[in-house]
Amino acid sequence: MKALSQKRRHPLAAIALLLMGLLLTGGLYAVATSVNQAKADTPTASASDVEQGGKLFAANCATCHGMGASGSKDGPSLVGVGAAAVDFQVGTGRMPMQMNGPQAQQKPVQFNDQQTSQLAAYVASLGAGPAIPEAGLLDGKGDAAKGGELFRVNCAMCHNAAAAGGALTQGKFAPSLSDVSSQHIYEAMATGPQNMPVFNDSNVSPEGKRDIITFLKTIDANGSPGGAQLGSLGPVSEGLFVWVAGLGVIIAFTIWLTSRTS
Amino acid sequence: MSASSTAEAPFVPESKVGRFTNFVDERVGGSGILREFGRKVFPDHWSFMFGEVALYSFVILLMSGTFLTFFFDPSMAETHYQGSYTPLYNVDMSVAYNSSLNISFDVRGGLFMRQVHHWAALLFVASLSVHMLRVFFTGAFRKPREMNWVVGGVLLILSMAAGFTGYSLPDDLLSGNGLRIIDGVIKSIPIIGTYISFFLFGGEFPGTAIIGRLYVLHILLVPALILLMIVIHLFMVVVHKHTQYPGPGRNDGNVVGYPLGPVYAAKAGGFFFIVFGVVALMAAAFTINPIWNYGPYDPSPVSAGTQPDWYIGFVDGALRLMPGVINGWHVEQTIFGHTLTLNVLLPALVPAGIIFTVLFTYPWIERWITKDNREHHVLDRPRNAPTRTAIGVAGFTWYCVMWAAAGSDLIATHFSVSLNDVTYWLRTLFFVGPFIAFFVTKRVALALQRKDREIALHGRETGRIVRLPHGEFIEVHAPLDEYKRYKLVGFESPLPLPAQPNGHGVVTRSEKRRAALSKWFFEDRVAPATPAELEAAHAHGHHETIEAGADQKSLSH
Repeated sequence: MKALSQKRRHPLAAIALLLMGLLLTGGLYAVATSVNQAKADTPTASASDVEQGGKLFAANCATCHGMGASGSKDGPSLVGVGAAAVDFQVGTGRMPMQMNGPQAQQKPVQFNDQQTSQLAAYVASLGAGPAIPEAGLLDGKGDAAKGGELFRVNCAMCHNAAAAGGALTQGKFAPSLSDVSSQHIYEAMATGPQNMPVFNDSNVSPEGKRDIITFLKTIDANGSPGGAQLGSLGPVSEGLFVWVAGLGVIIAFTIWLTSRTS
Repeated sequence: MSASSTAEAPFVPESKVGRFTNFVDERVGGSGILREFGRKVFPDHWSFMFGEVALYSFVILLMSGTFLTFFFDPSMAETHYQGSYTPLYNVDMSVAYNSSLNISFDVRGGLFMRQVHHWAALLFVASLSVHMLRVFFTGAFRKPREMNWVVGGVLLILSMAAGFTGYSLPDDLLSGNGLRIIDGVIKSIPIIGTYISFFLFGGEFPGTAIIGRLYVLHILLVPALILLMIVIHLFMVVVHKHTQYPGPGRNDGNVVGYPLGPVYAAKAGGFFFIVFGVVALMAAAFTINPIWNYGPYDPSPVSAGTQPDWYIGFVDGALRLMPGVINGWHVEQTIFGHTLTLNVLLPALVPAGIIFTVLFTYPWIERWITKDNREHHVLDRPRNAPTRTAIGVAGFTWYCVMWAAAGSDLIATHFSVSLNDVTYWLRTLFFVGPFIAFFVTKRVALALQRKDREIALHGRETGRIVRLPHGEFIEVHAPLDEYKRYKLVGFESPLPLPAQPNGHGVVTRSEKRRAALSKWFFEDRVAPATPAELEAAHAHGHHETIEAGADQKSLSH
């Protein structure tokens, strides 16, 4: 301690102090940011997967996303989006995109599972990003009640409390979440496709995401205790139903009742 | 029976049952009431039965509602759900929501009764509205029924109040969002709004009092008022007698139809069970208000697709259509340091205010324009009052534009169009729609009248083309029978009534305004075929028929 205090007026002391400060803040920053950064791709992706993925990418995606996925005026750079984003976009048929519009539409899937994972491996090899989630987070065995609360607070304003979907501005929309696979739900939360915000791990923990998936799978499996659910669209479809079907049937009866009088 | 009945020995019934009923009758006088009411004649037409549907829905509401009160607890105290619906297990919620969930999942038949109650509520307001539309478009609100029209309007408002207070009771996320909108509307009222809101909610929204208060209104005050209004309404129907559609032998001095007893009573009784059956079928097979999907109310989340039940929809739609900024001018203004939220106040109160003011005053407006002080018991066919029909359709269109706006998000997602475009189109239609509707309806009504006149004079086109000996081709027209012809010619088509001087021989300014409106109301008219015109046309028709030599039935009159 004494030695240190004796050297405190050394000409290089200020520089040493500055260096220490920079190292400390830089280190803290690196730690803080890497907490939210998902780990690099799963190590199962072999070099040949990456190579095959690169070929598929060049043939199918590079037109818009550019060679080496560096982006062009027609499509964003994919460096650092991670395997999860590729698996979601390609796995649900949103990519390759058929045409430009307010948002990429779901359509029949264009690549088989192997090709999709090769593409994912290739894009993941370009820069670290959210990885495809582990099976343990997708088993649907979390807490459905807790997941429901998280869903109502974070998701229901766009996707509707019953996950039936909803409208956004300018032709964009939040799709219905029934029949979406657990993996795709997780990946959507982790990567924020289209207009969806990213719910990273400090926002909604992996455990919370597992609960949300459990909630969605539970309400899917529960079906509708009260009978046909009329699209789960709430009072609008109920009102339409009572006016068209309910009143329609009653009018048919009134006509029948008064048909034999005059 | 005979004049000497007072001298006759008192009636002694033969059977035991007869003696018992006679004992009651002598003290209650039931047979007199039955004789009076049993002979009431009701004309039969399917469009006369919507009021009945509303009445029966209300009876169903009372019965199912009573069942629900046995299990519902309107407390806003906090609890943890321990029932059998797992996605909500142990979730923090109010006792009211907890008991609604228990009714749905743990009370035998509870979910069915909840759905019966809710479907019946939607059907109640829907049938009541259709009934009002029927009354309006057939002119049944005219003298002597103006007051009953007003009672009907009060019933419409009361039914909306009953619906809204009920909608809020389960304390789920959807109904809480609805209450928050109501709170916002109340708070937008200048000066007193905040005070009313704090008074209603017992402090800051949502507080812990509102569900209990709405419950009292929903199960006590509002249904009692509805019942009172129904009694007044039906009493006036009995006093005025029922209206009837025009037809041979029907006039303002009679009612042609079946007596209440036994035919009509049997039909009406059976119809109650039909309505009950339809509601029960809907409740058994179709979900309504799945509160378990929405979760407990919490002021922070707002779900997409949050709408009120259909009858409040037009107010919600008006709120959605209102822009916050018009051409750079902020609709929300600050005056003397206080916020004036016109962007909420205007759409929430003005359209509804206009609709109900016109609705309540329309009988007097038309009466003032037409100066028609006669009693009307024979209805107008809507086409025979083109201007009134056009006014009605214009108002209905305006309502429907706002109604559609309440579902703008669903229109956008289901028809794959932009939500913004839906809003812009509906904003345009909000202003233009009623005028287009007025013009189109009036033209359609006049065209139908012209077609009626044509058919009355020349008969129905048969599509048979006949070539006459001298080479001329004619189409054979089949003459109408007298009953059908009466329907086409037996109506009034008043002429515009010019301004009349008053007692002092002065034509007042308001009289001039009235005359101008009368001109607007009646100037476009198609006169019904007169007997002379019919005679002339039929003489010609005879000729044609004979010349055609076909198997036409000859005219007989």
